Amino acid sequence: MSESRATPSLAALFMGFFTIGVCGFGGVLPWARRMIVEQRRWMTAGEFTDLLGLCQFLPGGNIINLSIAVGARFGGAAGSVATFTGLMAAPMAIVLALGVFYNRYSDLPMVRHGFAGLAATASALVLATALKIASPLRGRPIGIVIAVATFIAIAVLRWPLAPVLLAAAALSILSAWRFAA
Amino acid sequence: MTGGAALPSLALIFAQLSLLAFGGGNTVLPEMQRQVVQVHPWMTASEFASLFALAQAAPGPNMLVATLVGWRVAGLGGALVATLSLCAPSSLLTFGTAHLWYRFRDAPWRKLVQRGLAPVTAGLIMASAVVLTESTSTGWRTSVLTVVATVLFLRTKLHPLTVLAAGAALGVVGVLG
Repeated sequence: MSESRATPSLAALFMGFFTIGVCGFGGVLPWARRMIVEQRRWMTAGEFTDLLGLCQFLPGGNIINLSIAVGARFGGAAGSVATFTGLMAAPMAIVLALGVFYNRYSDLPMVRHGFAGLAATASALVLATALKIASPLRGRPIGIVIAVATFIAIAVLRWPLAPVLLAAAALSILSAWRFAA
Repeated sequence: MTGGAALPSLALIFAQLSLLAFGGGNTVLPEMQRQVVQVHPWMTASEFASLFALAQAAPGPNMLVATLVGWRVAGLGGALVATLSLCAPSSLLTFGTAHLWYRFRDAPWRKLVQRGLAPVTAGLIMASAVVLTESTSTGWRTSVLTVVATVLFLRTKLHPLTVLAAGAALGVVGVLG
């Protein structure tokens, strides 16, 4: 059933995800797909989509989960360590360098204003993502009610996430089950 | 910086966030902010927003805000502890369940749970967006910039990094006041 052509070595797993980490400006997923399916052909498109489904279903960063799952598949625990460190090494170093730069020069008005502009645009990136994710809810009135209630509990009332998430998820899954048939 | 004494608290906070992050890293931003701004007063809300913006300017997963929050609270050790704590629990879960996933690929409950979680994720990410925007909208100019950039992200094929760079450039030349 599998059309995967090769079992990559630990070094190849590390390098593959290192490339994904470095390239992944503004969304890592497209790069991951390109590398895993098209360039290195570790998996077929179908296998990739199925594994991605798991990674989006479980808690945690999707791309981080993906690195763990791909590493585990080809190299067990060592494979997961290779893919995870490959993915995280360069971005962590880069983000810390940015942090040091910001700390040192944030007294300069130019730098401070530059980062204010960057921050306002970064908010827009999340806002756009939120609108994209919310748009399939059109035509699901109960889904909209649950989304709005979750939003109010977190953003307006500032309730702690754990109980809100538990209650909202339980209600939402129950209603999906109740109205499925 | 608070130093090494904060490391156990950092580990606990981020490990919890890891298991709560249904729908990816962006869903736990308000809770992360609540923990490091209110519960443990390690930084202000606007400092948190700056760290988030810095994380967006770097390549890689959007969980990198944890690296910067940890670093801000407890230096390099804090950066490592926060990042690993945010990744480890969910990673172990993924590692342990990846093979089960294939077995349940056609199970009806899988679709049901996915369908059920979708509205919750949508509400959580919208909350993240609003909480962040509140702290990055320092005046009407930055508010307008956020609205315009949102439209650009949704309606054009511009690379996100291009829009981020343009936002920063507007600030540098003094347009944002």
